[in-house]
Amino acid sequence: MVGATTVDDVTVIVTESLSKRYPRVTALDRLSVDIAPGVTGLVGANGAGKSTLIKILLGLAPATEGTAHVLGLDVTKDGGTIRERVGYMPEHDCLPPDVSATEFVVHMARMSGLPPTAARERTADTLRHVGLYEERYRPIGGYSTGMKQRVKLAQALVHDPQLVFLDEPTNGLDPAGRDEMLGLIRRIHTDFGISVLVTSHLLGELERTCDHVVVIDGGKLLRSSSTDEFTQVTTSLAVEVTDTDAHPDGAEALRAALAGAGVAVTTGAAGSEGLASPGHLLYVEAAGEETYDLVRDAVAGLGLGLVRMEQRRHQIAEVFRDEDTAHAGPATAGAPSAPYATQDGGAHDVA
Amino acid sequence: MSPEPTTSVSATPGGAYIHNIGYRHYDGPRLGRAYARRSLFSQSLRGAYGLGRSAKSKVLPMLLFAVMCLPAAIMVAVTVFTKAGSLPVGYTRYAIYLQAVIGLFLAAQAPQSVSRDLRFKSIPLYFSRPIERGDYVASKFAAMASALFILTAAPLLVLYVGALLAKLDFVDQTKGLAQGLVAVVLLSLLFAGIGLVVSALTPRRGFGVAAVIAVLTIPYGAVSAVQGIAFVQGSESAVGWLGLFSPITLIDGVQSTFLGGISSFPNGLAPTTGAGFVYLLVTLTVIAGCYALLMRRYRKAGL
Repeated sequence: MVGATTVDDVTVIVTESLSKRYPRVTALDRLSVDIAPGVTGLVGANGAGKSTLIKILLGLAPATEGTAHVLGLDVTKDGGTIRERVGYMPEHDCLPPDVSATEFVVHMARMSGLPPTAARERTADTLRHVGLYEERYRPIGGYSTGMKQRVKLAQALVHDPQLVFLDEPTNGLDPAGRDEMLGLIRRIHTDFGISVLVTSHLLGELERTCDHVVVIDGGKLLRSSSTDEFTQVTTSLAVEVTDTDAHPDGAEALRAALAGAGVAVTTGAAGSEGLASPGHLLYVEAAGEETYDLVRDAVAGLGLGLVRMEQRRHQIAEVFRDEDTAHAGPATAGAPSAPYATQDGGAHDVA
Repeated sequence: MSPEPTTSVSATPGGAYIHNIGYRHYDGPRLGRAYARRSLFSQSLRGAYGLGRSAKSKVLPMLLFAVMCLPAAIMVAVTVFTKAGSLPVGYTRYAIYLQAVIGLFLAAQAPQSVSRDLRFKSIPLYFSRPIERGDYVASKFAAMASALFILTAAPLLVLYVGALLAKLDFVDQTKGLAQGLVAVVLLSLLFAGIGLVVSALTPRRGFGVAAVIAVLTIPYGAVSAVQGIAFVQGSESAVGWLGLFSPITLIDGVQSTFLGGISSFPNGLAPTTGAGFVYLLVTLTVIAGCYALLMRRYRKAGL
């Protein structure tokens, strides 16, 4: 068997003008995409074609036209071989409540072709790796959502695939559970050497987890690039201020003051920032150091409280906004290292 | 944690070991689709008797199995002690006498076998693995039919062994057993098909149980009643044909025509040989039809 040797050089998924048309809808429209080893996020609203793509890649549904290769194998001819080397974690609940995690995962390992002894060994290993210990002998019915997600992940990994498809793995998890799951997904690649294709409509998650993000919408490829490119620092400043008695709408007062000083100011687009209400955020085009001073002076002059003023990063969510909205060009300012900076990113939802 | 062989164990001078519990790749054999199909078959077959499931779920199938075999044991005892010249019941009719037990077993286990996967949406986990729709259906069908075969063939073996102990004619008894086994093979396939199709229609297990019982008993009740009426009114040929409309009378018709049994129809009327062929044909068609319906049912049940 081909072990973990493929993780370096080959593309794991290649599609060539892949289309899938149903009588009434077009689920995929001439989608051509190359996906390299690593953690790749597949982003799209509900109905964007994510599940259809996974179905085709698993060789379960024929494409209307175009070709797709997974791990170098043709999906139309070698579906069985692909499914032997690929893991799949569905979005929905798929666990029977009356068996224990161990029994269930052993059964699934055998369904993947592992001999009985190997199935038991791999099950013990995999459940430990996803963080299930003594509870794995209890019936799944009594598990929390987080534990169930781990079992679902374990069954996708138990046969040591070269690639896993994770469909909305953080669905229904609380923030802590979500962080743990994202960490686990990261480890699947870094520690286990397994490539990951993870779908989500929560963009903030993918910023934090993926090397590469593929955005599809209406079955079409909207963008495919590395996560860094998505989250470059822009030249605009996000400013949030408090209201005072003198200025019941502090943001509006500041906007007027800054506009008077000749600075381009936009108010936060609805739904763009999770924490503050949109009206309280201003985006200020920073021409240079003096803009910071200007904002500071304007805020002080109005007697408002400055809640925050920070360099703004692109967020993947912007891909979905009006295509006309010109993004500021790549800025050179020293970006804080990781995209983890935007903790509120997890709240973004295109659906 | 069970002691696992570790890939790298580095010895330190003090004699202590550092076990590497990092991720290990699997490079053993992958046995593929045929093996997965066999595994699913054995898992489903064991599951039908509650093996590999909770203690609670073993009670009913084991109880029914005992109930199925008990009359055979009693008959054998009676035959041995009374030194009778033949068994009180023919091999081919035994299952028909105990059809209620078989029906209960099917009603309890067929939904268990298929509704669970549908209800808890485990089907995509199967179909994202090497096995395909046909493998899944074939495994489940074969497992259910085998479970029924074990249930119905075991008492026949008890009868056979008992008959030999009672020193009944060896050739007669062997022939009877063989005919009986053919009858229960047909019965197992037919009942498994009907039970699985009915249970696969609903993800709710309770509905499945009720529906299987209804499908087995209501036609039987109706056919028996109408046969009785037809017999009283003197239309004996109609009695022969009416048996086509319920599963157990189908088997009864086949066994009484071809397998040397006596039918349970009113007055022991058996279908004519021509009608017998129709019975056999209908039985085989229903089995094939159930298989096709199951295949259809799972076409949409994928991801």
